Amino acid sequence: MRAEKRPTLTRLADGGRVALTVARFVLKHVAFLLLTLLVVSFLVFTLNEFSPGDVARKLLGAYATQEQVDILTREMGLDRPVLVRYVEFLGRIASGDLGTSTRFKVPVKDIIWTRLANTAFLAALAFACIVPLSMLLGIVAGMREASALDRAVLMFSTVVASVPEFALGVFLVSVFVVALGWLPGTATMVAGGGWSVASQLVLPVAVIVLFDAGYVVSMIRASMVEVMQRPYIRTAVLKGMAFRRVVVRHAIRNAMINPVTVILLQINYLISGVVVVETVFAYPGFGRMMLEAALFKDIALVEVGALVAVTVAVLTQILGDLAYRVLDPRLRS
Amino acid sequence: MALPTTANGLPAIPGAAHAGFARTWARRLGRLTESRPAAIGAGLVLFWSAAAVFAPLIAPYPPNASNMLALAHPTPSAAHWLGTDHLGRDVLSRILWGARTVLTVAPLAVLGAAILGSLLGLTAGYYRGVVDVVIVRACDIVLSFPVIILYMIILAHFGSSAVNIVAVLTLTKAPIIARIVRGLTLELREREYVAAAKMRGESPLYIMLAEILPNARGPLIVDMCLRTGYNVVIIGALGFLGIGLPPPDPDWGGMVKDTYGMMSVWPHMALFPCAAISSLVIGFNLLAVGLREIGLRD
Repeated sequence: MRAEKRPTLTRLADGGRVALTVARFVLKHVAFLLLTLLVVSFLVFTLNEFSPGDVARKLLGAYATQEQVDILTREMGLDRPVLVRYVEFLGRIASGDLGTSTRFKVPVKDIIWTRLANTAFLAALAFACIVPLSMLLGIVAGMREASALDRAVLMFSTVVASVPEFALGVFLVSVFVVALGWLPGTATMVAGGGWSVASQLVLPVAVIVLFDAGYVVSMIRASMVEVMQRPYIRTAVLKGMAFRRVVVRHAIRNAMINPVTVILLQINYLISGVVVVETVFAYPGFGRMMLEAALFKDIALVEVGALVAVTVAVLTQILGDLAYRVLDPRLRS
Repeated sequence: MALPTTANGLPAIPGAAHAGFARTWARRLGRLTESRPAAIGAGLVLFWSAAAVFAPLIAPYPPNASNMLALAHPTPSAAHWLGTDHLGRDVLSRILWGARTVLTVAPLAVLGAAILGSLLGLTAGYYRGVVDVVIVRACDIVLSFPVIILYMIILAHFGSSAVNIVAVLTLTKAPIIARIVRGLTLELREREYVAAAKMRGESPLYIMLAEILPNARGPLIVDMCLRTGYNVVIIGALGFLGIGLPPPDPDWGGMVKDTYGMMSVWPHMALFPCAAISSLVIGFNLLAVGLREIGLRD
């Protein structure tokens, strides 16, 4: 009633409500991000404490005297209580001092961002292939459930998503590197041995694309199958609309709502999978750096790396949630 | 007075709960042949399970015995059907023994995750409220962690052993199961047989385990199948990264890691273990696809 009398005020109130919803959304997710980071940083930090073998001994080697080890332990401040050092650690991170990597003997910030950029580059290339490829396959398979094409795509995506990344790497390398000699077997990002950087990137990207696309295709297909059974699709078909038009105009948009979240969650798997792919192809990325750091007990680098990885993962989740809200008309109003 | 039994005798899923348990399962297994993915998947899984069980009997050589004479010609031959590796160990024997390792660790971890995840999911879905929020948040935090990074941290700190891998896999897979079970519980807790059980004064634990869980088992079994496949992938990846099961006991990922550098000379050393792990995971995933198809047709 009142809304009809005072339209301007209502519109203002609506605008306020939308702003409030957005603010609540952002606040809620930022709070979750911070909570996650706090829990993860504490876990990573305390895990270091319980792990056998101390850092000073690792740094100095087996032949150092106990006295030398003790001196270094004191110099590094490792003899003080865990909680004190955890709070100090948080303070240092917050002030931008990420510590020094014991494995690479350089400040953490000098190595982590270049490695992360390399991985982001690899992931972006893979992502640029995964999205169109799996959309195409998922849509053509899901629009006619149980057709021959659907069966073939379902079989293909299941099989491809089943082969572990390192095995996919070995298979591709044995064909394209060992047997045919078309591509280089390593991707060091430094042109050499007659191979350009671009040719080095083909196989790592192919492995990530095949493994992840298999999963995304099956998600899009399942969503498409579900949408094609909805009443409004039947109505559109029954009123004589061309099948192609039904799919393009009505089905695809609705079928993409769920997979968008899934695709963005894929980034989480992408980070994990990338560790293996980087190791297979000796790619100088974030994942291989983490592996080396973990094996060397390079605490500073492992801690910061874990926090960065979790931040990336949670941020993509938030992005997925946001995309879901933007795409789904039922949640927008 | 008659109310509890009749209400209890109305299972939500056809053929569930009380009717001839063994016969129902025999029929279900028989129906695997109806779906081609399920049949292929079950075949592959059965093949590797048999290989794992009978490895000591059928493996032509002990898994860690090295034949230095074979090193001159490590490629497949009559004496070594799949050749030998860089230390002169029989690849076929190591693959068979490796099946034993992976098919012990992966299902154990899934079982652990299923138990922990079901308990968490049932508790969250049944009690709702604060308990629900805490459990869901905790699960979200674990799930937001890139899995392999977490393994690297934990395994690098505590060393590699089968026990650690099972523990880590259990902890990281439980939240996924918990989510599924929570979703099902939220729906099932409103059913009549739950209300009936409450009315005759059953404890919440009994209602969760005896009334809700059995009716949630369909999607749970499909997911456990998928999880086992994923666990095999992760165990293989950990082995390949050198933070998996400790040597010298054969583990497919570790076999690839040791021989990957010799790909250009002797590709068979890495290719056969890769084929083994791929076929096993394909088996589990096809089985899951097939089970879902059969379930949908019910």
